Amino acid sequence: MLELYEIRKTFNLGTPTPTPALRGVSLKLSPGEFVTIIGSNGAGKSSLLNAIAGTFPVDSGKIIIDGTDVTDWPEYKRASLVGRVFQDPMMGTAASMSIEENMAMAVKRGQARGLARGIKGEMRSYFRELLAGLGLGLENRLTDKVRLLSGGQRQSLTLLMATLSKPKLLLLDEHTAALDPKTAQQVSQLTDKIVRENNLTVLMVTHNMEHALKTGTRTIMMHEGQVIFDVSGRKREQMKVADLLSEFARLRGERLADDKILLG
Amino acid sequence: MLTFPVVAGVIEQGLVYSLMALGVYITFRVLDFPDLSVDGSFPLGAAVSAKLIVDGYNPFVALVVALAAGLAAGAFTGFLNTRLRISSLLAGILTMTALYSVNLRIMGRANIPLLMEPTFLTLLEKAGIPSEYVALVSFFVLVVVVKLVLDWFLHTEVGFALRATGDNPIMIRSLGVNTDRMKVFGLAISNGLVAFSGGLVAQYQGFADVGMGIGTIVTGLASVIIGEVLFHPRRVVTQVLSVIIGSMVYRLAIFLALRLGFAPTDLKLVTTVLVIIALAAPTFSRWRKQAKLLPKSAAGA
Repeated sequence: MLELYEIRKTFNLGTPTPTPALRGVSLKLSPGEFVTIIGSNGAGKSSLLNAIAGTFPVDSGKIIIDGTDVTDWPEYKRASLVGRVFQDPMMGTAASMSIEENMAMAVKRGQARGLARGIKGEMRSYFRELLAGLGLGLENRLTDKVRLLSGGQRQSLTLLMATLSKPKLLLLDEHTAALDPKTAQQVSQLTDKIVRENNLTVLMVTHNMEHALKTGTRTIMMHEGQVIFDVSGRKREQMKVADLLSEFARLRGERLADDKILLG
Repeated sequence: MLTFPVVAGVIEQGLVYSLMALGVYITFRVLDFPDLSVDGSFPLGAAVSAKLIVDGYNPFVALVVALAAGLAAGAFTGFLNTRLRISSLLAGILTMTALYSVNLRIMGRANIPLLMEPTFLTLLEKAGIPSEYVALVSFFVLVVVVKLVLDWFLHTEVGFALRATGDNPIMIRSLGVNTDRMKVFGLAISNGLVAFSGGLVAQYQGFADVGMGIGTIVTGLASVIIGEVLFHPRRVVTQVLSVIIGSMVYRLAIFLALRLGFAPTDLKLVTTVLVIIALAAPTFSRWRKQAKLLPKSAAGA
């Protein structure tokens, strides 16, 4: 579903302070795989997601999504294949527009937009049904501006929007990190539910190692712009956070600079 | 004395300039793009329509060409911003400055009088509309049509994409919209409306002048803000309506300022002060709140 070959990206190239973010990342995801990504700050987790989504062009390497080489595609074009939820709950929705308007835009993700009415009658009952599934009472607030919603509500809505038109690949960039613990847990459960129901292929960045091992089907660890550890199946099921940490120490020959950040 | 022609004149001006204000609303409010090119595209519309009439073209054709010229001017600003990565403010200023020369080129001189020429108003009079109502009726119909079309457009799929581009470009890009293209498109329709308004004004007041665009942006903003302050509109449909009414109220304020004895040459200053007060209102109220929260001794220190 996703194939990455030797992705490299250095920011501030050609300046006195070039910052390498991705240093030859290769990765292959089969359909239906749910991969969690961990790593300390600056490891390149978000850069990896941004590179796949097309936020910036990569310096070298190849990105293939669902058999299509998208390396040269601009971000808006890749949207037909990729759904995305950002860390900032404010980022995934248009605050001045209503819930139903936001959802209607998500329905048209990656499709040509014309002069047809943005919201058609039959959409509303569909939206109401989907929103009812969130259990947040949003199904009765279709015409409310998104600005009026809480962070958790907005993030749940964004998640719904990112998966509305079933993307080939779903990118989640620490999408629960900015929420309070209880809301974060709810959004996590919702994520699991939506991913399972739609059998989506997912890349999820998280700071929480325990969460990383419990969620999904595979875990990769990044360090200094490279994938240094990749585990799935039985071995992963038996792993604990302590095992991950000692694995890191063994691989790098050093202790983690900041265990706290990695543990979340 | 508030005679019918006086009242009608204020309303007519409010209506005809509201089309320009709607253009400013599209860039400033919908697209969140402070576009100063309107100071050039307003006289551009006037210049194009006056020149074509003098050259013997039908006044209605002249208006359509004025609209098209405005579309092109807006698209140019969009090109400067999205392709050449020139900041929004500077892109608008560059277009505005370039248009000053373009407008002089089009007209061939600084001023074209149209008093002896046919205009869309004289054509409508010939068609049977009494001359004292012709401007009022035609402007009213035009504004209603433009409002309905704008309401409709902003609720289409493209309209949603345009609004989201101004609200949250990151989000709408992740949903597959080319935000650069949306910006160019929004700037084009905005300046098209402004130039169309300029074309109408030239025919209405009976001349086009190269200097008639100065302060267009401030006047447009004044209308938008007055409408917002008066109605606090939330929905798009009421926002559009409030801009139109804001334009009328603005013209009324100008009329009253003249009655109070301000010289016509002072009006830009009056308008600017109005806009500054409106824009600074949130800051003023924050200052007031802070002053209240501070203990007296600290405030005095």
